[in-house]
Amino acid sequence: MTATALQTKVHPALEGSLLLEVTSVRAQTNSITSISFGHPLGEQLPSYVPGSHLVVQYGTGANSYSLTGAGSAPTEYTISVLRVEDGAGGSLAMHALSVGDRVQVSRPRSAFAPAATAKHHLLIAAGIGITPVLSHARYAAEWGASASLIYVHRPGTGAHVEDARELLGSDLTECTDRNSFREVLTTKLTTQKLGTHLYVCGPTDFMDSVLEQARDLGWPKGLLHSEAFSAAALDDGQPFAVNLVRSGVKLDVPAGVSLLETLESAGLNIPNMCRKGICGECAAPVLRGAPQHRDLYLTDQEKADNTTIMCCVSRSLDKELELDL
Amino acid sequence: MSTAVNDKVRDTDVLPERIKHFPFPFSGDIYRYSANVEPCGKVVTTEAGAWGGRLLHVDEHYLAELKDRDEVLDRDPSRLQVLPHMRPAVWDAISTLLPALAEEYPDTMSFDREGNICRWRNSLQDLDVEFTFGDDDSLPMGPLRFLGSQIQDDLVFLDQRQDSLWLDAGVVTFAADWSVGFDVGMKFMEVHHPVPRVTEEKIASRAEQFLMRLQPGEKYRRTNWTLTIDRRLDTSTETYPNWAHDRVTIADDPALPDRLHLRVEIQHMIRLPHSGAVLFMIRSYLLPLRDIARVPVWRENMGRVLAELPNDMAEYKGIIHYRKAASDWLLAN
Repeated sequence: MTATALQTKVHPALEGSLLLEVTSVRAQTNSITSISFGHPLGEQLPSYVPGSHLVVQYGTGANSYSLTGAGSAPTEYTISVLRVEDGAGGSLAMHALSVGDRVQVSRPRSAFAPAATAKHHLLIAAGIGITPVLSHARYAAEWGASASLIYVHRPGTGAHVEDARELLGSDLTECTDRNSFREVLTTKLTTQKLGTHLYVCGPTDFMDSVLEQARDLGWPKGLLHSEAFSAAALDDGQPFAVNLVRSGVKLDVPAGVSLLETLESAGLNIPNMCRKGICGECAAPVLRGAPQHRDLYLTDQEKADNTTIMCCVSRSLDKELELDL
Repeated sequence: MSTAVNDKVRDTDVLPERIKHFPFPFSGDIYRYSANVEPCGKVVTTEAGAWGGRLLHVDEHYLAELKDRDEVLDRDPSRLQVLPHMRPAVWDAISTLLPALAEEYPDTMSFDREGNICRWRNSLQDLDVEFTFGDDDSLPMGPLRFLGSQIQDDLVFLDQRQDSLWLDAGVVTFAADWSVGFDVGMKFMEVHHPVPRVTEEKIASRAEQFLMRLQPGEKYRRTNWTLTIDRRLDTSTETYPNWAHDRVTIADDPALPDRLHLRVEIQHMIRLPHSGAVLFMIRSYLLPLRDIARVPVWRENMGRVLAELPNDMAEYKGIIHYRKAASDWLLAN
């Protein structure tokens, strides 16, 4: 099979990822395109939590995109991408994809999940922010949960408008300008039944203003949800070096590679178990330098002492750490 | 699976399967609580064999234990709890665990899904059923009881909200002195409140943080242990009158080595992919001291652990009255 590969080397953020094939490309609007990825052999893909995102690799970079489906036993993952001419290049690379291209994508990651206990889901989206919220609306429809959507888009430029109308019927309120949105929002925020959860996705200032107004009107923090891609996983971190005093070895720890992996690659036998910063097995004594503690094992005091580092997840604030290894 | 028997094993004949696959939990002479989590699926070799290569394990007790569970649920339906918002999580567990079981045991089980129509075949139970994903009425006994009738593990479902985990569903017939009917609706930290040391040492809060960060598809496990008199899986709080008194009399019973069992739980923790709920699976293995003693290293390890265990932990585990008798027998052998 001749398929164009978008990349040569797998980005560190895409460890355990899937190599999928573009199965369809559909223009939603002049600037928004929906792209579906499927397993090259047509196998079922892992299910995902509504509101999940995929990290998709392009060239040397990787971008996160929300999945628009409900997430139950899918055969395709579909994202909708807004073309950004002056961005880092991810959206242009996505728009250049065509059917049959192979793309490295992460497993779906959940950071904007619906609350199972919600009595009602009030969904609010602006522009391309419709994507994760559409996933929520589909899930609610599948399980018979109560949901309504306020969708702000300029006339003729809204993606998935037909999908939203079909899914929600009279529970969809479309706003095509800021003033009508402000009025609708105030009404909706003051007329929800107890136990309603609010989910907002769109430009940052849009999300901030919706959340601020909700809080001002007395909505508790626990009922407010906004899309935040960074919350799900630890980031790759900065590169640093470790000087192993007893071994007389100096090693570089690149971004996206853990200290534990670096030590193991160098042939050191470090006891470890969870590799997630919880079990405490991989503690290493620090002689000099300040670790960037990212574990859940050390107490606050121990972290402040800077004498121990959990090498599976923690990194360094300094350019170099000296370890008693 | 072929398992090499260590030379240190005293018996010259090959050990029975129940000993070879037993997840012996002690690696030294001292035991303390810890968040001893590790990725699921890693094979652990023991002095007698190995365990841990799979998420779901069907052993020689499969049919007997499922019959036991069925009878417990008939007698006491409160061992099965599903708060209404956990319905999607239960179905998510069905569509996660049945395919996993079929993958482990392709000769006896199969799972097929076309859209929402699912077909499950299990020749160990002579079973061939069709049901509709998400439709509770398509499984006459209800989805969670059905799932509990296919695997030996107890299941607990945790919903994540307000920066906490909440025990909001479960089918638990083989609890080691706790009650799912009592705990349902509680927060993770409330459920663990009675365990000594666990709060002070922040083990429970770290475990909760860890579980809340699990991503869909990730699978972890840990082990826990206690002692149980006779091969009794149902030691729930509800049946306390049936088993608690034995704990006072066992120390003087000459049948102690055959009646007293080391009970080890392999607990799997997975994030369900679609509902996002955390599924906590508890599989209980029981092995009498007589069998433990057939593996000399186990005999010594366990004898010393029981002798050294601090009183508060022995009290909580309910073994304080007889741990000395058990330890003496193991170490004298």
